[in-house]
Amino acid sequence: MYEGVVQNLIDELGMLPGVGPKSAQRIAFHLLAADPADVNRLAHALLEVKEKVRFCRVCGNVAAEEECRICRDARRDEHVICVVEESKDVVAIEKTREFRGRYHVLGGAISPIEGVGPDDLRIRELMTRLADGQVTELILATDPNLEGEATATYLARLVKPMGLKVTRLASGLPVGGDLEYADEVTLGRAFEGRRLLDV
Amino acid sequence: MHVAHLSLTDFRSYEAVELGLEPGVTAFVGPNGQGKTNLVEALGYAATLSSHRVANDAPLVRHGAGRAIVRVAVVRDDRRALVELELNPGRANRARLNRSPVPRPRDVLGLLRTVLFAPEDLALVKGDPSERRRFLDDLLVARAPRFAGVRADYDRVLKQRGALLRTASAARRGRGGGRRAEREAGFAAAGAGDLLSTLEVWDAQLARHGAELLGARLELVEALRPLTARAYATLAPASDVVELSYRGTLPADDSPADSPPASSTDGPDLWKTLVTDREVLAERLRARLLEMRDAELERGVTLVGPHRDDLFLGLGELPARGYASHGESWSFALALRLAAYDLLRADGGDPVLILDDVFAELDTARRRRLAEIVAPAEQVLITAAVPEDVPAELAGGRFDVAEGSVTRVG
Ligand SMILES: Nc1ncnc2c1ncn2[C@@H]1O[C@H](COP(=O)(O)OP(=O)(O)O)[C@@H](O)[C@H]1O
Ligand SMILES: [Mg+2]
Ligand SMILES: [Zn+2]
Repeated sequence: MYEGVVQNLIDELGMLPGVGPKSAQRIAFHLLAADPADVNRLAHALLEVKEKVRFCRVCGNVAAEEECRICRDARRDEHVICVVEESKDVVAIEKTREFRGRYHVLGGAISPIEGVGPDDLRIRELMTRLADGQVTELILATDPNLEGEATATYLARLVKPMGLKVTRLASGLPVGGDLEYADEVTLGRAFEGRRLLDV
Repeated sequence: MHVAHLSLTDFRSYEAVELGLEPGVTAFVGPNGQGKTNLVEALGYAATLSSHRVANDAPLVRHGAGRAIVRVAVVRDDRRALVELELNPGRANRARLNRSPVPRPRDVLGLLRTVLFAPEDLALVKGDPSERRRFLDDLLVARAPRFAGVRADYDRVLKQRGALLRTASAARRGRGGGRRAEREAGFAAAGAGDLLSTLEVWDAQLARHGAELLGARLELVEALRPLTARAYATLAPASDVVELSYRGTLPADDSPADSPPASSTDGPDLWKTLVTDREVLAERLRARLLEMRDAELERGVTLVGPHRDDLFLGLGELPARGYASHGESWSFALALRLAAYDLLRADGGDPVLILDDVFAELDTARRRRLAEIVAPAEQVLITAAVPEDVPAELAGGRFDVAEGSVTRVG
């Protein structure tokens, strides 16, 4: 245990994903020793991101304005929606340049262990987007792990009555991992070879 | 294959030990509690990523140390591979292969294959069904390391589905805690319908992953049946016939659910209908889940699937468990291990045989027969309290183990 403020910092850092108690301590002492200007810039960046970045009101992607860059881009195909778990997946897919449609970011995957049910995801918003019948294909690009599969199955069943084409990325993605870990070529290929999902 | 070198750091009683090993027979001899089993346990761990004695890794780390390291040099067809494992209880373990880190420890499975005979094996016959499920699943992984993934996926599905069932069950009972439990489980606004449609999704996952595990186990039991019978007959000639059959929450064949489980005594025809097709099994698991839904919601646990199954062991007309004598149980356990050895050997790459303190438990006749069966293996490692416990058929190299030091004496 350290002096109150130092321990506070360690505790806060330890809450970040992927940062264990040891790393939290290392980062804290790094910051203590760092140039005040550097720490200021970091603190500012943290505050700024919370102030300025919001989530796109249409697709849920991170956005600097009400709507994200992709939703505002009129050249993007509005008949195809690719459903992903997180904004970082949008970045991964954009890198492949394989996809010219729109996105929908769920904000996670169904996981009863972690207390995440369908209502905690942006599924209702997705249904609203699908309601006018403009969209003809829904690509389910949730992670290639159990929770991602379960979420894809759930969505496929939910939209089945709407009669649109529902596809899932081709296998070949590293199983059990996150979408973002797949390299661009593999992910691009998975997009090209996406298959119809039959539930 | 054989182990050419074993190196331990802070594993069990060993702060540091280095052992050069050769093909053929090697015995570790010393009084009880000196660290013999600790050595072979490390090899078993390198092969299976789990101990044959304890369910979690904490006891494997030397008291007072933060982590343990197991290094094993394996030689197969003149090619040498170095497997290194770092055990970090409470955190993720790490593995390296030929000095390069691998993404997950399970990526080194299959490099070292062992068959370990130990006093704990008696639990295969006398213990809970979980002991026999573990025997089957460990063997599946040893034969095809990808099954480590299948098993992990299935366990995760069970956890997820279990969490959901508990929520649904609490909500259904409408207890005071029900709504709170629902909210905690993230189904605050969800009606019962939403819970059910989420459950259906996990049903599908359970069926899919469960079918893969179940199908593989059914095929494995088919392969083990004749080999176990043969091994038992060799160990204990002129005794009852042993019998293996898979007993599951699904009937193993096309016969109606209420007919007795299929067994070799039912004649060959019935076995033609043994179904291992994964799609068919998945469909049946799903159907069975639907039938059991009410009970599952009532109790909040998954009642259908390979995690509830058992490998039935019969001796003559009777089940071995509860009926077999101590000696018969031992022979049965040994026969199961020998059958596993046969299968692995048939797959190619003679596995390393480890016999931990088993000869002392056997009478002279069975001792000799077991020795004769294992003698031709590429490498046999034996632990014994006194040199006389090592059968003459298995003369070879010897280390003395005393107070945590290991010294070559022959
Ligand atoms: N994590 C541990 N740290 C230190 N000593 C241990 C640990 N686990 C087991 N031991 C010691 O190892 C000894 C048992 O070793 P073992 O190999 O089972 O003996 P045996 O020679 O009878 O096979 C006991 O003295 C026990 O105290
Ligand atoms: Mg021992
Ligand atoms: Zn958007």
